[in-house]
Amino acid sequence: MGVGIRTEHLRKVYDTPPPAAARGGFGFATSPGKKDKDKPKKKFEVVALDDVSFEIRPGEVFGLLGPNGAGKSTTIGILTTRTQPTAGRAFLGEIDIWREPVKAKRLIGVVPQRPNLDFALTAREILVFHGAYFGQSAKERERKADELLEKFKLTDRAAHMVRTFSGGMMQRLSIARAMMHDPEVLFLDEPSAGLDPQTRLLLWETIRDYNRSGKTIVLTTHYMDEADSLCERLVIIDHGKIIAQGTPKQLKQSIPGGYLLRLRFNHTPEDLLGALRLLPGVTEVRSNDGAGADIYAGSGGPLIGPIVNAAQTSGIEVLDVHISEPSLETLFLHHTGRSLRD
Amino acid sequence: MNWKTFYALLSRDGHVARRNLIPMLLQNLLQPLLFTFIFGRVMTTSGIMPASYKNMLLPGIMAISMVMSGVWAVAMPLISEFQFTREIEDRLLAPIEIGWLAVQKVVTGMIQALIAGLVVLPAAWLVMGAGISLSLGHLLEMLLIAVLVALFSAAGGLALGCSIGQTQVGLMFSLVLAPMMMFGCAYYPWQALDPFPVLKYAVLVNPLVYASEGLRGALVPAVPHIDTFLVIAALAAIDFSLLYLGLKKFHSKALS
Repeated sequence: MGVGIRTEHLRKVYDTPPPAAARGGFGFATSPGKKDKDKPKKKFEVVALDDVSFEIRPGEVFGLLGPNGAGKSTTIGILTTRTQPTAGRAFLGEIDIWREPVKAKRLIGVVPQRPNLDFALTAREILVFHGAYFGQSAKERERKADELLEKFKLTDRAAHMVRTFSGGMMQRLSIARAMMHDPEVLFLDEPSAGLDPQTRLLLWETIRDYNRSGKTIVLTTHYMDEADSLCERLVIIDHGKIIAQGTPKQLKQSIPGGYLLRLRFNHTPEDLLGALRLLPGVTEVRSNDGAGADIYAGSGGPLIGPIVNAAQTSGIEVLDVHISEPSLETLFLHHTGRSLRD
Repeated sequence: MNWKTFYALLSRDGHVARRNLIPMLLQNLLQPLLFTFIFGRVMTTSGIMPASYKNMLLPGIMAISMVMSGVWAVAMPLISEFQFTREIEDRLLAPIEIGWLAVQKVVTGMIQALIAGLVVLPAAWLVMGAGISLSLGHLLEMLLIAVLVALFSAAGGLALGCSIGQTQVGLMFSLVLAPMMMFGCAYYPWQALDPFPVLKYAVLVNPLVYASEGLRGALVPAVPHIDTFLVIAALAAIDFSLLYLGLKKFHSKALS
């Protein structure tokens, strides 16, 4: 049942600006290469992935979570034969993806971040030709195309050129195309970016449905709730490195205290931070830019009173309080000090 | 190598080309045919050009039409498909080695170039009117040269298409294709460059020279032309280098 994926120490360094494909906003700083006294020439170098190893089990829904530019799309690019790793290996079942890309391509379907539909064809032709590329017989691909058009509610637009389609329709057709050859592993790169909430739920249902037939699903997202409700296991990536992996539940339990209270004061002297650390249930206190503090604790609301008291004792004014329940968002914040949307 | 996929990719291009047949023919053939009408009909009938110019011009027009068709047929779709939308991605994910996708593009370009040659030859003949004497005694030679010309134009299209962006298409025409047409010995035989010794040898880097001269040697052997054996050797060498360059560029463009 299903096909799993394994990566070993993947590393990717771009020496030219990465082309437009994956690679939605790039949050990396460019660093000059080795400094050489004789050659002061600066080399463009972006480390997109650094020593990334993980395993995806056959038949599971696996998520790559991280902010823009974290390296999610580069990882998908490597697993789908589109981005060549600088070092490391990736396996699809027993197939070494970069040694036998053609074999790998037979097993995967890819829904890209931005629709890359063939603009010279109609919706139906896109599906039918896709089936033909994968060696389906004329009868089989016609049948399958009609079935998918129906499923994705595109039958009445089947004969139209796709350049006239709306974003949502293109997205649906992209998914239909990826499913056309019934791949063992379905990759979806930011599938719900830009979708309205209703279409998003429909998409989730489609993904779960496909997964129920025993197929492996790999998706990237920077929506924490999507990862939370859809994925059985996740890795969280930031700046090309894995910062945490596990089930959403395990990951959430790994946050000290679970609750996060983000506080803003008019200023935060060290003695106030010390006093906050002594409050009951508080597991960790971090100073935040000198005018705030992040408190990880076992509870949220009940701590507000004691916090305000502690602040008043030190003569400090509380300007803002924000309580977050245990979530991947707080987990990400805990590991990186930044919000997922920063 | 996966023939089913290769054939499916080829049918996709054939399907798109058939859909755009009329605009495509107009784009590739109208200009050479207008040129043929003015220089091969108007100028010769009015006596500004000698009637024998027709015979000299016809193979050149065929060469230009073939080369332009082949280059456009490969370069233009590639330029747009590799742009922001990455339309080519679904074919890069087809179960076939990436190099074969590039070869398939070249085959598409060759077919279009050969069709252009087949259409323009009788069309130009008709436009010029009486006074054409083509020799059909070198049919095999002509076919071989036509195939080599089709290959270099399609392979050149591949290399160009993978080297430039959409915003540079106009520049590609004025910096590459226009000089190539003017210095390609299509409108005059190579021998006519005798009074310009430097230019005469400089134009030898232009593949269109061998296309024009080769077709001239095959269709109107009486008109002076570069030795056919040399033409075939040069075309083969150019084909090989452009194909090598094109495949390399395609590879680096396709993978990041």
